[in-house]
Amino acid sequence: MATAAHKHPNYMAIFWWLTALTILELGVVFLPFGKMINGTLLCALALGKAALVAAYFMHLRFETKSLTWIAFTPLAIAVLLIFVLMPDSFAVSKKTAGAAKAPAAAPAKQ
Amino acid sequence: MSAATHAGTHAVEPAETPLTPESWGKLGMWIFLAGDAVGFGTLLAGYGIMRASSADWPDPYEVLGINLTALMTFLLICSSVTMVKALEWLGKGDKRHAINYLLFTAAGGTIFVSLQAYEWTHLIHRGLHINGNPWGAALFGTSFFLVTGFHGLHVTGGVIYLLSMVRWILNRPDPAASYNAVEISGLYWHFVDLVWIMVFTFMYLL
Repeated sequence: MATAAHKHPNYMAIFWWLTALTILELGVVFLPFGKMINGTLLCALALGKAALVAAYFMHLRFETKSLTWIAFTPLAIAVLLIFVLMPDSFAVSKKTAGAAKAPAAAPAKQ
Repeated sequence: MSAATHAGTHAVEPAETPLTPESWGKLGMWIFLAGDAVGFGTLLAGYGIMRASSADWPDPYEVLGINLTALMTFLLICSSVTMVKALEWLGKGDKRHAINYLLFTAAGGTIFVSLQAYEWTHLIHRGLHINGNPWGAALFGTSFFLVTGFHGLHVTGGVIYLLSMVRWILNRPDPAASYNAVEISGLYWHFVDLVWIMVFTFMYLL
């Protein structure tokens, strides 16, 4: 059984990057660009932070590529799930919006 | 590491795994984490879909607040650093420093869970319940408690795991004999940190 099988990266540098990205995230919340742009920025920052943790703290960067594929599979499944459920989500959201308008329309009919 | 080399000794891995040549245990942890990540991924994807299809989903940023959770995020990042430092010291053969850093990590996790309990209590007092809340869609509370609770349980399990690693190191005179087990426990702890990064963004900031 090997010990210290891979080199240790500069962990403090990763820590400062993660801290800086977290502060940046808190700043993005207040940007006046609208939910779509802010949301995209926040997702990108979160994925960047997650990648840093996986690559350096979990040493994925120093492991075999096959292991990286195993690690990425859950992300792919989650993204796939969002696309699979999206049509249903839109249908429900249209129905909900319709139901919200219905009380206003109802008195006009009477 | 071949099976023949270690024939006759117990607690020896039978053959080298091509994915993680150091140990089968490491591969086992990665596969477990991948499965666990599917669970968290499904919860977060489900949360996103529920939110997108709801007409009266409350604004999490305004309802939940982010000051405390930003501090909790920073705390988990710090605990990840102490975890890698523990492994680094163990690699250098210094058991005392390794144990100290493991205890710092466990303390970080304990403070995290305590802050989460404080946050939950505060929100429950303000009216956020698992089946309803004063701000809008009832599923907001359901999903909030489900996702943060599931993560909190992981942190609690992680603290117990880390404390068991302290005992593991203490029971073995040779630091090298503990390296692999501590590295595997570190994978779990960093995963908990990684998941919180996603939970913080999706449930608090977006």
